[in-house]
Amino acid sequence: MATLSYSKESAAGTLTVRALREGFYAGLIALGLFVLFVGLETTQNIRNELVLNQRWGLLAIFVAVAAVGRFLGVAYVQPWAAARKAARAAVVQKEAPEGFFVRNFSKLAIVALVLMPPVAVSLLGVQGSLKWVDNFGIQILIYVMLAWGLNIVVGLAGLLDLGYVAFYAVGAYSYALLSQYFGLSFWVLLPLAGMLAACWGIILGFPVLRLRGDYLAIVTLAFGEIIRLVLINWTEVTKGTFGVSGIPKASVFGIWSFDVSAHNNFAKAFGLPMSSAYYKIFLFYLILALALLTAFVTIRLRRMPIGRAWEALREDEIACRSLGINTVTTKLTAFATGAMFGGIAGSFFAVRQGFVSPESFVFLESAIILAIVVLGGMGSLVGIAVAATVMVGGTELLREMTFLKTIFGPDFTPELYRMLIFGVAMVVVMVWKPRGFVGSREPTAFLHERKAVSGSFTKEGHG
Amino acid sequence: MEYFVQQLINGLTLGSIYGLIAIGYTMVYGIIGMINFAHGDIFMLGGFAALILFLILTSVFVGLPVVLLLLVMMAAAMLTASLWNWTIEKLAYRPLRGSFRLAPLITAIGMSITLSNFIQVTQGPRNKPIPPLVSSVYNVFGISVSLKQILIMILTVSLLAIFWYVVNKTALGRAQRATEQDRKMAALLGIDVDRTISITFVMGAALAAVAGTMYLMYYGVIVFTDGFVPGVKAFTAAVLGGIGSLPGAVIGGLLIGLIESLWSAYFTIDYKDVATFSILAIVLIFKPSGILGRPEVEKV
Repeated sequence: MATLSYSKESAAGTLTVRALREGFYAGLIALGLFVLFVGLETTQNIRNELVLNQRWGLLAIFVAVAAVGRFLGVAYVQPWAAARKAARAAVVQKEAPEGFFVRNFSKLAIVALVLMPPVAVSLLGVQGSLKWVDNFGIQILIYVMLAWGLNIVVGLAGLLDLGYVAFYAVGAYSYALLSQYFGLSFWVLLPLAGMLAACWGIILGFPVLRLRGDYLAIVTLAFGEIIRLVLINWTEVTKGTFGVSGIPKASVFGIWSFDVSAHNNFAKAFGLPMSSAYYKIFLFYLILALALLTAFVTIRLRRMPIGRAWEALREDEIACRSLGINTVTTKLTAFATGAMFGGIAGSFFAVRQGFVSPESFVFLESAIILAIVVLGGMGSLVGIAVAATVMVGGTELLREMTFLKTIFGPDFTPELYRMLIFGVAMVVVMVWKPRGFVGSREPTAFLHERKAVSGSFTKEGHG
Repeated sequence: MEYFVQQLINGLTLGSIYGLIAIGYTMVYGIIGMINFAHGDIFMLGGFAALILFLILTSVFVGLPVVLLLLVMMAAAMLTASLWNWTIEKLAYRPLRGSFRLAPLITAIGMSITLSNFIQVTQGPRNKPIPPLVSSVYNVFGISVSLKQILIMILTVSLLAIFWYVVNKTALGRAQRATEQDRKMAALLGIDVDRTISITFVMGAALAAVAGTMYLMYYGVIVFTDGFVPGVKAFTAAVLGGIGSLPGAVIGGLLIGLIESLWSAYFTIDYKDVATFSILAIVLIFKPSGILGRPEVEKV
């Protein structure tokens, strides 16, 4: 008995010692990582020379957080996690029946989205709803649509595209330029922008047909950069970095307009007080409809021969070719379809902002969209929508966190940390859930019984 | 003719910097098959470490000889960048080893965003100019060659020689090549695969940090976004030379440098990056595995 308690004590003792050692090393590494960048700050003085500011207190906080965090992690969190894992393994896993909420998640979500603007207006007033409908609703839905569009290329056909933002740019500039130079209306240009983007998808698709995996990734990235550089440098047409401004607003199918001076103004026609909120609410429903169209097309295409061919291509290109599937048309249609939705989203972006410039189409946007697709679980539409809401909505929410100013002082600007936190979140979510938020999906083809396929069985292609 | 040779020298200088960064990409790709998107930002981080060291040294030890100054800057940059890359590999890439191929790519992109924004938050978003360190210019047959260009080229060649020796002649290099060829078999034969991969990341970061220091010395200015464009171009260089091949990375880097400076000299400077990327696309279309890359053999 005595020996038993002794060994337990010594085990606890060695654990503490180990945790202390690990914590010490973590502190040391943190010191090495941060001593130059956190301990010192380069600032310009009055004569515009660089001088160093010392911030040793801040550095001490960083090092202490790393050391204490590591110590607690090793001493308490790891044993606890191990114990929980063991406890879970001991209990026989029962297949819990899915609740009503989980089963009907997508339907409920769509109903909630449709109801959102009226609820926001009734709760917060016409002007107060603007923030929620515009900054959150429209912003997130644009990314949902883009991610669903990219999902066709990456998630279904397994072609890694790092330049998706190029098609977004093509769509946005198609609307901006064609409406400025030719005075065409939004409803004419929306499908046209989609078609133009699809053409660019095919133009990009042709040369990269032979490329595989990472070579494909770099060429698509290069293509995205080329489009952006052309937009910057072709100043006669695109006005370069100044961008195109004064892009006309969309109208409700030409019946009601949202221009203040127009005789068929929406608010006037219904005798409502003038507000820009109606336009935003209209745009909200528009992007919701466009995103749902993307989802609908994706779901239907997956059941058609072409969708099956895409998924076959993703799983195994050689087997696909041996079975007589034309990989050329399969790849090109995937590129074109994905690009088309990107283009449509782009022209919506142009009409929403009223201004486009090459600044909006940097590689970072492609990276964010791709991250949403992967974090969502590649190929799962619901997962992608959840990922977009978490990643885009989360960073938007950071703008609202003014209460942090009371903690960190009035100089604190949460804005500044937005992208830093976005980057960290991308890494953390990926390490925590490598298969994305929704790691399983319904099979398109099945024998006898429909079973969910675990994410680990679906692989990305090397197309 | 003199103009041409002049541009050739400028291009080779630029290409040396790209080549050094490209080695990091190509080694990591060769050994674990992932595009390390954060590598360009490691390069930027190295440049910033050198900048801060420069400020410390010039304010504390006034009148330090330039050679010593550069050496200390470079050493500090190499240490810091290596430590960062080592930590990143451990925290962000190692847990995902054996996961599907896109997972580490996404964490690498996330790390790239994190690193550049970390520098923006801690060091401020403005350009960081430093006074010229070496300003001598020599005239050889009507071609002006600056001392910095000579330094960069000498440094690149000597580093490549050391690097070549390490990879081809030492036990460590053998372990790296073995891990690259077959990770499982290497592990079975007693190679510590995790350690080898860590060392690969450290070596790549050290070379990138040297490139960052030289970039700072050559242009005299650095900003937190500077990781992206050189990073993408270095990656382009690695792909152009055939990803996974070390001499390919250097050749690709020099080619990209030459294309860029010759295009700017004879055509328009605005479209130099368009030219670079277009040539990449054209080369890959006709030779999909790059200049020195081994063609992939598909087994069914």
